[in-house]
Amino acid sequence: MVITLEDVVRVVASVEDPELPLVTIEELGILRRVDVDDTGGIIVTVTPTYSGCPATEVIRDSILAALRNAGYHRAEVRTVFSPPWTTDDITPEGRRKLEAHGIAPPRRLLALDHPVLCPRCRSGSTSLVSEFGSTACKALRVCDSCGEPFDHFKEL
Amino acid sequence: MTGGAIISGPPQGMARLDLEPHFAYLLRLGDDNLVLAQRLGEWISRGPDLEEDIALANLALDHLGVARNLLTHAGEVEGRGRDEDALAMRRTEREFLNLILCEQPNGDFAHTMARQFFVDAWQVPVWEALSSSNDPTLAGIAQKALKEAKYHLRHSSTWVVRLGDGTEESHNRMQAAVDRLWRYTGEMFVGDHVEEAMVEAGIGVDPASLRPAWERTVAEVFAEAGLDRPDDEYVRIGGRVGFHGEHLGHLLAEMQWMERTYPELQW
Repeated sequence: MVITLEDVVRVVASVEDPELPLVTIEELGILRRVDVDDTGGIIVTVTPTYSGCPATEVIRDSILAALRNAGYHRAEVRTVFSPPWTTDDITPEGRRKLEAHGIAPPRRLLALDHPVLCPRCRSGSTSLVSEFGSTACKALRVCDSCGEPFDHFKEL
Repeated sequence: MTGGAIISGPPQGMARLDLEPHFAYLLRLGDDNLVLAQRLGEWISRGPDLEEDIALANLALDHLGVARNLLTHAGEVEGRGRDEDALAMRRTEREFLNLILCEQPNGDFAHTMARQFFVDAWQVPVWEALSSSNDPTLAGIAQKALKEAKYHLRHSSTWVVRLGDGTEESHNRMQAAVDRLWRYTGEMFVGDHVEEAMVEAGIGVDPASLRPAWERTVAEVFAEAGLDRPDDEYVRIGGRVGFHGEHLGHLLAEMQWMERTYPELQW
């Protein structure tokens, strides 16, 4: 079988994060590289969002499973820490999907003075309930306009 | 170290663990985070409110993640095939090299937050310094951990101020926690031949150099919280060479129980 890098990248990039609905690892910005070595072995390099993110191992298994399903059996996933992931690495499409699923996307690190918008009514009047939410990457906020509590993908 | 410090450490003649400095250094950093994560995990389902319960679990998870990365790397540096699980679950109490501060029991919520604040205020400058370590894996772990330590510090500082500057009851409890834990903070700034070798190699940071940043943070937060800096000059050390207090063995008994009872169990 002839392995083209493009095909492999397409398979790997479409793997979804287990905790963020429909957001792919490419959109989340944690897919660093895909390489095919001289012998046809595939090396996928990823970086974790948080040091202790329990999704990291699920993501590794999902990448290997996706490759297996596409017929690629010789693959490994490597983890790198540097440069550290930041929420600025989340793509515009990833941000759109988060918001569509009721999770306020992170603000750009240079725009932390902007308000966090309520993902339901778009009000800019929202308050922090807790800096620690349902997963390591989310804070819990509440909208002061429509009264709904919501997750905010906190800036890192 | 202040001039009049009374340092109490391991007894003379205690068998010294003869570990390669790079390995020992990574174990020290990793064990701090592992033991602290285990302590924080004890709060799960017992937090003062739901949000704080989740926060404590999140903190535990961050520290556990840092510990896993450091112990995995330590195992690679050691080169004897030990992975993170072997190092976390199959070493005895005397082989753990964490700060004695990290193993202190949770006590009340003020004790937990005081312990967390002292560690956070230290870890921020530690990770800052190690972000440019000559060991690229350690540098990467530190760069990642630094981002997390900064919001840990924000969280614990907020609680130290809120309790210290709260009611008479909350103030007294926070001051009592600070007074009780103070003697374990000095160990963060004491090094030995391991740190010396790591500084020499450009891998590690001189513990004494971290003190000014830590003192500054503590002074600022204590001023806002209305807390007094203890004048206790007793400094308890020994954790870095495996000489612990009575609490670590109990913590490990619980943490390691499954692996010790059912070795290599997978599920």
